[in-house]
Amino acid sequence: MEQKFDFGAVDAVIEMHGNEQKNLITILQSVQTEYHYLPREILEYIAKRMDISLAKIYSVATFYENFSLDPKGRYIIKICDGTACHVRKSIPILERVRDMLGVSEQKPTTDDMMFTVETVSCLGACGLAPVMTLNDKVYPAMTPDKATELIESVKKGDNEA
Amino acid sequence: MGYMYIDGMKIEYTEEKNILEVIRKAGIEMPTFCYYSELSTYGACRMCVIENERGGIEAACSTLPRDGMKIKTNTPALQKHRKMILELLLSTHCRDCTTCSKNGSCRLQELALRFGVKQVRFENNRPEKKKDTTSKSIVRDPNKCILCGDCVRVCREKQGLGIIDFANRGSNLRVTPAFDMDLCDTDCVNCGQCAAVCPTGAITVKDETEKMWRYLDDPTKRVVVQIAPAVRVALGDEFGIEHGENVLGKTVKALKMMGVDSVFDTALSADLTVMEEAAEFMDRVKNGGVFPMYTSCCPAWIKYAENKHPELINTNISSCRSPMQMFGSVIKKWHELSDDERELISVAIMPCTAKKYEAARSEFTENGKRIIELSLTTQELATMIREAGIQFAELEHEYLDAPFDMGGSGAGVIFGVTGGVAEAVIRQCSDDKSSGAVKDIKFVGVRGRDEIKEAVIHANGRDFKICVVHGLANAEKVIKATQNGETYYDLIEVMACPEGCIGGAGQPFAISPERDKRAKGLYHTDERIQIKFSDKNPSMNYIYDEIIRDKAHELLHVKYGE
Repeated sequence: MEQKFDFGAVDAVIEMHGNEQKNLITILQSVQTEYHYLPREILEYIAKRMDISLAKIYSVATFYENFSLDPKGRYIIKICDGTACHVRKSIPILERVRDMLGVSEQKPTTDDMMFTVETVSCLGACGLAPVMTLNDKVYPAMTPDKATELIESVKKGDNEA
Repeated sequence: MGYMYIDGMKIEYTEEKNILEVIRKAGIEMPTFCYYSELSTYGACRMCVIENERGGIEAACSTLPRDGMKIKTNTPALQKHRKMILELLLSTHCRDCTTCSKNGSCRLQELALRFGVKQVRFENNRPEKKKDTTSKSIVRDPNKCILCGDCVRVCREKQGLGIIDFANRGSNLRVTPAFDMDLCDTDCVNCGQCAAVCPTGAITVKDETEKMWRYLDDPTKRVVVQIAPAVRVALGDEFGIEHGENVLGKTVKALKMMGVDSVFDTALSADLTVMEEAAEFMDRVKNGGVFPMYTSCCPAWIKYAENKHPELINTNISSCRSPMQMFGSVIKKWHELSDDERELISVAIMPCTAKKYEAARSEFTENGKRIIELSLTTQELATMIREAGIQFAELEHEYLDAPFDMGGSGAGVIFGVTGGVAEAVIRQCSDDKSSGAVKDIKFVGVRGRDEIKEAVIHANGRDFKICVVHGLANAEKVIKATQNGETYYDLIEVMACPEGCIGGAGQPFAISPERDKRAKGLYHTDERIQIKFSDKNPSMNYIYDEIIRDKAHELLHVKYGE
């Protein structure tokens, strides 16, 4: 899959936040919002443009769990495995979703780049446990069956999350 | 300024930037992994812990001295603490000490012995990580890394590069180039300072001594060795000889004992470099060439410029080959003119790890054969001397071999220290060749440990502004200042390593004041050599008339990238 990057947009992001080392994290966040991950080509571009060593940027990008260096699917499914969700049986949901999409912890993204399945430690919505999000839209009180249904609807194109 | 109490002793402190320095001044050898006075304080290894009055534990390296402060450096609690740290470090460390290239000079090994770590209770359940042997100069073995970050800081702070940094966090923390690239794919300049500061065998200099032994054992090979100026004042460190003492004579003897056919002195080709570089400089002055002119002896600097400032390559940077390569070309020609049938193996003993890279460059390879077959470091030579069982300290002096037995002039010898190349070129360009002039040049400001030095000299009826810089981070500052038009220089000498080649990563590791003694050793040698000017070296006529003839440009200059 050939992916061209718009370095002009990266320039704009750097300008907006200020070309200083202290703004690196916010710049990386903006890039990730755009691409759902941090493409290596863009990190290399930022390193040159901001005069920060590439190893330093890699250091920051790997330090924070929230940054991803691997491309993600169009739909990002997050299944909460915080204490509240866990005791209300979030693991069976996770297992069902992974089975259904043929992904695992090591390989969280489907080959067709449609879905990425992740766990999170707490979404801060414990009252709605077990919680799942699809591209940041929250689905409360989930069950494995409800998750299946949701994914099927996305696959059919009914869900515009 | 004030007094503090260390283990009950009243100790005065003045300029010390932390209590670790005060403790060491008091004669107590505090253990550290991550502390170097020349780098920023990191406070990660926690070996230098002390106990304060309230029984609290603090790291000495990151605590400021206070008047009246009372600390203890060696209590049962501290001993237990240090031992535990060592045990934990060892728990994830590969323990093949006997086959490690750092065996005997590893700080982890040394401190484990000193603190009596007799067993490690924890199993190493880390999967083995891949060793990176792709660099021409250094080897990185992540399994031996203790995460002290010394390499990360020296690369970033001294060289301004930041090729390696920490990645991930917590128990997954590791030191690596970006995206786990191999070192050969990064912008690493091969200066090797990371290996010099590494307390363990995680980053080491590539060992090529075996190759050398094979050449020495082969009767079909004519092994010719050249020795760089900085090597002679550092090799003695490995054999208990006083810091900075010139041991060239012993080194020649040791090499001959190992079976080397001829031993020459790179200070001689440093004279050649001076001749060529001074001529190039004056030619630029007369014909309106590009300024500032940068020196070209340091291979790490050349690689840095190629990566970061390609606009300087083949323009501002002198076209002169390094002294090592110049001598390589001369030795090659000299061998061709002789009737020796054996294959020439040209070897250089260098204070430098980047010379290994330089020797392998395509510009210095002719028909698949390198001009310099092998570049060994001072430390590799020390290893070979020990392997051969030679009692180095007891050796008699031996003279260099004909036809280059004159060695170098004083100007050639001081190439090994920051400011030396500039001083040698100034001597050459100076109209006044009296001994008084040599003394005057000494004081123009090119000598000393300062990272960026400026000097003005008068020659050919005008003033020239000269800059001397060591450390690539400092070089970057100078380049930026000249390119912005903030400042102007005619000549800029750049050396990548601290204080020039005497602080090269191939040398036995030393920081000042020991390193300063090496500089003194070279200046002292210069004083004792009668010939102070490169063009007064009688070997020059012989080399130009009999060996180089009309091929000076072809043999002594280079165009990078071809």
